[in-house]
Amino acid sequence: MAEVFQLEIVTPEKKVVETRAAEEVQIPGKNGYLGVMPGHAPLITELAVGEITYRENATEQRLAVAWGFAEVLPDKVTILAETAERPSEIDVERARKAKERAEQRLTSGDPTVNVERALDALHRAEARLDVASRTR
Amino acid sequence: MPNILDIRRRIRSVINTRQITKAMKMVSAAKLRRAQERALAARPYAHMLTNVLRSLVARAEIYDPETGEPKHPLLAQREEKTILLVVVTGDKGLAGAFNANITKAAMRFLESKSGKNVDIEAVGRKGRDFLRRRYPAARVQTRSLAELAESIEAEPEASERSGTIQITGEHVGILGKVEFAQASALARNLIERYCREEIDAVYVVFNEFKSVIAQRLIVEQILPIEQIGEQTVRLAEELTEEEKKKAKEAAISAGVGIRATEGGPEAAAQFGTSQVDYIYEQPPADLFRALLPKYVSIQIFRALLESVAAEHAARMTAMDSATSNATDMIDSLTLIMNRARQAKITKEIIEIVSGAAAM
Repeated sequence: MAEVFQLEIVTPEKKVVETRAAEEVQIPGKNGYLGVMPGHAPLITELAVGEITYRENATEQRLAVAWGFAEVLPDKVTILAETAERPSEIDVERARKAKERAEQRLTSGDPTVNVERALDALHRAEARLDVASRTR
Repeated sequence: MPNILDIRRRIRSVINTRQITKAMKMVSAAKLRRAQERALAARPYAHMLTNVLRSLVARAEIYDPETGEPKHPLLAQREEKTILLVVVTGDKGLAGAFNANITKAAMRFLESKSGKNVDIEAVGRKGRDFLRRRYPAARVQTRSLAELAESIEAEPEASERSGTIQITGEHVGILGKVEFAQASALARNLIERYCREEIDAVYVVFNEFKSVIAQRLIVEQILPIEQIGEQTVRLAEELTEEEKKKAKEAAISAGVGIRATEGGPEAAAQFGTSQVDYIYEQPPADLFRALLPKYVSIQIFRALLESVAAEHAARMTAMDSATSNATDMIDSLTLIMNRARQAKITKEIIEIVSGAAAM
């Protein structure tokens, strides 16, 4: 039997994932994606906007996350994310609109635009669309 | 002599009212249960965040080793010249003294800070209406929370004040379904203003809710952060024994648990506290800087969630006593009606008897 570890993904609104049988998880760390297998060295990292992929009972699950951080222990991974959505929960229409709006703002050249925030919004929307489209 | 028909009509109307208050009580009880669950669901995240921050405080050099001054602006204490007060009330009335108590506490707090500039962010329609009658609106308004979460423009900078006490933002209609994004947007706005030194401290007045019988009205200091993981309460008002008893009765009759929603999974409390040497992907100081604003967000989020739960609990209690008052009223009216009816019968008999005697 393959080795497994405990995986928890928590947002302020609820516990999204709670499993004792995760086989592998990919976390969008701020300095790049990192894959975690059972027995990983203890680690704490900030998350970027992106997607979490984890494998449980040989099936892959994806989640779109926006900002958070993760604690990795040899037998347990805990991820605190501001938002974590399964593909079925993603409002594709809204994400698409948000993306358009952010792009518009970025290309408008208006000096009042908060570029950082617009970029943030753009990335969030893209990550959502990505996760939603690939699982459909 | 009271008219029997009138009394009967009156009784019928009170019965109808009782039906409505009873229904409202049950609805509030159901909403309270949901609100409690949400408040509970937010706890693991808050716990974990606090723990990580605490362990980071030890590892990152948050305080300047020479002067002992904190390096992060959100920890720095400044002289309070301008204060920001977030007043969290409900959007709806018919919740007993719930809204009035909060506005009263807010007024008391404002009195205690008289002479200083105060910016007010009003959350909830009732509080907004109350404050609006007393204080002028600032020239530049914070966008309402519903828009804030979506907005990606820079926040407008504050201009000249329109009074020592002014309302800088109104957030109405968000309490039906409190989302973290909204709390986070408000927190971000407050942090920006704090960092620009437009405001020197942030307080929130709200009704804290641990359980139906463990509630208190508090003014909590959110910024600057004095001690991570500790509440900095400036003013607190517990429920009186009588209120507690009433709330308890209401909760029992509506089938809502009165146990504290405290506790939660033990595992949450251990997050980030393991005695191992972590590899930090980012320098601890950077992590700390990224996490601190989230800590502010979660505190505001918690305040909103607990206030919503408290509002439903207050409404449930109010409707419970309204229902029992209606029952009392029906009883006494029925008594009066029966007396009147009996008096009428007696009178008729006397009339017949004296009529017969006269013949």
